[in-house]
Amino acid sequence: MSDIEKNPQGGRRLYGITALFDGPEKLVNAAAAVVKEGYKNYDAYSPYPIHGLDSAMKLKRTYIGAVTLIAGLTGASLLLLFAWWTNSIDYPLVIGGKPYFAWPSYIPLMFEMAVLFGAVSTVAALIMVWLGLPRNSHPLQDTEFMKKISDDGFGIAIEAKDSSFDEKQTKAFLEKLGAEKVELVYYETREISLKEAVLDPKFIGVIVVVAIATSGATYFGLNKMLLLRPWTSLSDQAKVLPETRSEFYPDGFAMRPPVNGTVARGELPYRYANNIPAAEKFMKNPVLPSKHVMELGQRDFNIYCSPCHGYFADGQSRLQGQFPVPPSLHIDSLRTAPDGLYYEVITNGFQGVMPSYARQIPRDERWAIVWYIRALQRAQNPPEVADAK
Amino acid sequence: MTTQQISTEKLRKLPESYGKLGWTLLIAGVVFTILSFVIDAKHASFGLTMTLVFVATVGVGSLFWVGVEYVSSAVWSTALRRPFEFLAGVIPFLIILALPLLLRMRTIFEWTHKSLLATDPAMVVKAPYLNIPFFLIRTVGVFALWWLFYYLIIRNSRNQDTSRDQQLTTKNVKLSAGFMPVFAVTLTLFSIDWLMSLTPNWFSTIFAVYVFSGSVLAAMAFGTLIIVKLNEKDRFPVKLTPDHYYNLGAFLFAFVVFWAYIQFSQFMLQWYGNLREETLYYIPRMHGSWAVVSIAVALAEFLIPFFLLVTKPAKMSPKRLVFVSVWLLAAHALDIYWMVMPVYDSKTAVFGVSEVAFILLSLGIILTVFAYKAKGNNMVPVGDPKLQRGLEFHI
Ligand code: HEC
Repeated sequence: MSDIEKNPQGGRRLYGITALFDGPEKLVNAAAAVVKEGYKNYDAYSPYPIHGLDSAMKLKRTYIGAVTLIAGLTGASLLLLFAWWTNSIDYPLVIGGKPYFAWPSYIPLMFEMAVLFGAVSTVAALIMVWLGLPRNSHPLQDTEFMKKISDDGFGIAIEAKDSSFDEKQTKAFLEKLGAEKVELVYYETREISLKEAVLDPKFIGVIVVVAIATSGATYFGLNKMLLLRPWTSLSDQAKVLPETRSEFYPDGFAMRPPVNGTVARGELPYRYANNIPAAEKFMKNPVLPSKHVMELGQRDFNIYCSPCHGYFADGQSRLQGQFPVPPSLHIDSLRTAPDGLYYEVITNGFQGVMPSYARQIPRDERWAIVWYIRALQRAQNPPEVADAK
Repeated sequence: MTTQQISTEKLRKLPESYGKLGWTLLIAGVVFTILSFVIDAKHASFGLTMTLVFVATVGVGSLFWVGVEYVSSAVWSTALRRPFEFLAGVIPFLIILALPLLLRMRTIFEWTHKSLLATDPAMVVKAPYLNIPFFLIRTVGVFALWWLFYYLIIRNSRNQDTSRDQQLTTKNVKLSAGFMPVFAVTLTLFSIDWLMSLTPNWFSTIFAVYVFSGSVLAAMAFGTLIIVKLNEKDRFPVKLTPDHYYNLGAFLFAFVVFWAYIQFSQFMLQWYGNLREETLYYIPRMHGSWAVVSIAVALAEFLIPFFLLVTKPAKMSPKRLVFVSVWLLAAHALDIYWMVMPVYDSKTAVFGVSEVAFILLSLGIILTVFAYKAKGNNMVPVGDPKLQRGLEFHI
């Protein structure tokens, strides 16, 4: 503001001189002449891009590309660092059997971060550096000159801060170039003082409205709109959700008990749950041993039982002390135990330590495992040898 | 708008050196190929497979660019279309290249072995597709279709030079629009047959797209190389500007990135899925000296050209474009080597007479055909209504 006070001409500081030209060719020629005259702080304006204008203006290459590149590479490297630190250092976790530092799976994320950082920083740089935010108004804004440019005008504005600028000479020079309309443009106070600009009620008003509108729309979109029809088409199903009553059945249960005296397909009633003595007494292995059954038993044993019991059922656990180590299945009491015990232990677990495998292993396969354990036991303690002793 | 004078004297006069270089390479290539067959027929068969793939991808890739120009009614590239038409001239010769390979299918393709059917259930499932009669039908069919479209499109384009009939452009737009889906299907068949089935148990649904990306990239590189060289030496009948260069460079850049995108997509999904029938392709390529080749391919066809081409001045610089084009052609050859040769020797990356023959013969065939076509035809489509507007092109 002090600038204005110092200014003798009625408190107004000159921004520059604008000149309108008749058509793009004249603009290109004028721009070349302006460069030749030695002006540096000037710009050419037109409603659409004009071929050859940038070369006539002898524009240097913009460095915005470097901003994008550096920001993009930064984004990619930050993600790599983050992924490496979280997955290999802070919380090493094997995912999908891959090494901790699984670089191929980071590449899509690195790419995305590169795009995100690159795009956001490019836009931010454009706004900050080229438009000078938080300055929110430009001297040319709202002038007759700019209104014409955004319609059908072609023009040049030379700024007063240019070293070769002289109010009278520059004006005469532009007129000589064949400009149709030459005008002086002055600053407004808020274009000089940052404080005025930021505290401008219009500016604050727009920012507040935009902030409320975007956050409100986001909140509504994510929290309310998605729960309205038709966006809920996938979850709107004629079914009874957990913890709700069925409107259809008088008793309110959606699951119906089986009709008395029937058994569902694939299900067999099992009466010996958690009752090993009964299981031992009343159950016999209904599956006949064959090569296929033995192989099935071996496969299932290796998958489900061997991590704790060892491949040979001798208690050579691979869990390395992270779980109670089970006893060898070759001890006498277990060798002589009937098949029912094994079936029951697989089905319902043991003493709350060994978990139940009823969900993973179908009934017949449980019996196949029992056959395989029998084979392992026989291999460790062949009856022939025992007899010989 | 100023009309540019077309130098009639340069229209049909390619510098002698092109033909000479072409013939020298071709003769050397044939000699080396024969030599390689004498030394090690199995190795040589794989070498010739690489040659076939290289020549076919450059040839049909060039035809693709010609078609793209018509379909999109592109104006800027009209003056540059002929070199691509000439490059596509190798298409009729593909069947000759394939012939010796068809006689040696048992050496190259494991799936031709009947014994495989007994031990490998997957091969039984694939047998209706992977059998010799159907393979022959497909190969002949694919080459015939390419040749048919090549013949029709190029004939119209050439006739326009004398008749100046604008209707011919419309006809070619329609033909090219028809060619696009045909190209997609035939290139898929070609890449499955000649590259993917080398490892008959392996499959990748994106593979044809991968071959496509390399193919159009190599064709663009070859075209760019010749166009820029001629224009810089002032042997091109019209004057091209850095703006034309910029578009060529931008296409190279785009397809470098596209290539990497496809290669990485294929690699990452198969690496992550970790299924035997998928990883069996990458396991040999990730160990021993093949691992070095794999890294070299990634560097050569993506990382290095990416940075060589990323800036705007680079895309407009003739020196840079010539360098990158040569570089990319070498990268394409390396890429084909990487696709084919681990099948011959999965342990070590071999380099011998067959590989030398591959490079000499591929370049020899393409250059000789190019020089021959350039002699009998105009270097720019003088009758094309878009020509003058294309020369005016500004970015
Ligand atoms: C998570 C580890 C773990 C797995 C997996 C596991 N078990 Fe166990 N198992 C144990 C432990 C621990 C004990 C000993 C529990 C105790 O003594 O309290 C045990 C005990 C047993 C016993 C002895 C019961 C007795 O009467 O002493 C049998 C039999 C047995 N398991 C069979 C199996 C079979 C068959 C499988 C595969 C379906 C299997 N286990 C899978 C941990 C496991």
